[in-house]
Amino acid sequence: MRQQLLYLWLAESALDTEVVAWAVYDGAKGGGPALPSSDAAGAFPYATGLEVIESGWRLLQAPQAGSPVGTTEPLLGELQFQFIFERWVAIGS
Amino acid sequence: MKELAPGKLRRALHGLSGSPGTLPSGSDSIESPESLTPLEDCYPAPSALGEVLRLPAVAGIIESLVGSNPVFDHDFIHHIPAGAPRGQHLHVDAVLEPAAQAFDIQLFYFPTAVAKGGGGTRFVPGSHFRRARAEGIARYQHVLGEQHYSGPPGTLLVFHQGLWHAGQPNPSGEDRWMYKLRLNPRVPQQRLWNTADFPGLHNDPRDHSFARPGSHSVAQRLRRMAPWQKGHEGRYEQMQRAALWRYLSGDPAFDVDFYQTRQRVRAGALRPGER
Repeated sequence: MRQQLLYLWLAESALDTEVVAWAVYDGAKGGGPALPSSDAAGAFPYATGLEVIESGWRLLQAPQAGSPVGTTEPLLGELQFQFIFERWVAIGS
Repeated sequence: MKELAPGKLRRALHGLSGSPGTLPSGSDSIESPESLTPLEDCYPAPSALGEVLRLPAVAGIIESLVGSNPVFDHDFIHHIPAGAPRGQHLHVDAVLEPAAQAFDIQLFYFPTAVAKGGGGTRFVPGSHFRRARAEGIARYQHVLGEQHYSGPPGTLLVFHQGLWHAGQPNPSGEDRWMYKLRLNPRVPQQRLWNTADFPGLHNDPRDHSFARPGSHSVAQRLRRMAPWQKGHEGRYEQMQRAALWRYLSGDPAFDVDFYQTRQRVRAGALRPGER
């Protein structure tokens, strides 16, 4: 068995909001079922995080609540709402 | 900047080494000035690079963003050989810097054609307000609305220092060359560009989308989000854009949708010791 990881960054903290960024890591080195990939226009095959678990991926990590900002103007950093999913696939025999 | 007389740009830079595809690579650039050199003292004639930078259209871009005589930070020639299988991770150049509105620019000049999938720079429009370490953003393999540069020879891209970007794999049969130059401003970056349309576009703080939004104003333009800037997060992007425009316009009261203005009004309700 090998692990496949799917990172999603969603528009908001809710799993049913839109995907804004993504990354895929394949521990099976292509030996498992096909992985999601971008189409020619750069669109991701799953529109929301909810669609990902509907497709059989298991949620591994969801974002924690962020800290309230202090008295200074809020700063923007990396993308906030990171969800990590996994799928275990059998390779070989 | 495809309208920028690309043939002339290309011919100018090819003078650097004689022919396309033979630009020197690595840090041993044959005519790099020292850091902190005023731009007007960089690349004296005869210099192909100087000729490019002194083209009126290029000099106009530089002056509009960082003033007429910024200082040279560094330059570098980026070469991705034909067939290179791996690209860079997404990154921001240099380091995480203290919050400030003043910004550097980076000129990315492509002297030869870059075909689609030919190693052109990947970049994320609108990402320059996202303060991040280079290593932190490496994990974003795909971002909605990102772009992969491809274009004709002689194209010049001009980036804010904070823009997320990455050189891409080059499976094509052509080497990819790019000359990068970073410049630091030495004057307030206020209204340095052609401001003929400024009075008609610059709005006052009443331009508020939950009250009476203007239909032809800077605020209206700053409300347009990039594809990856969805949901309420977009409001924080808008606040950052408004803060930059306060700096660029020299108007400390400028606002988009009242986020700063209501705090300013509310501050008047507090006694001095409570502020």
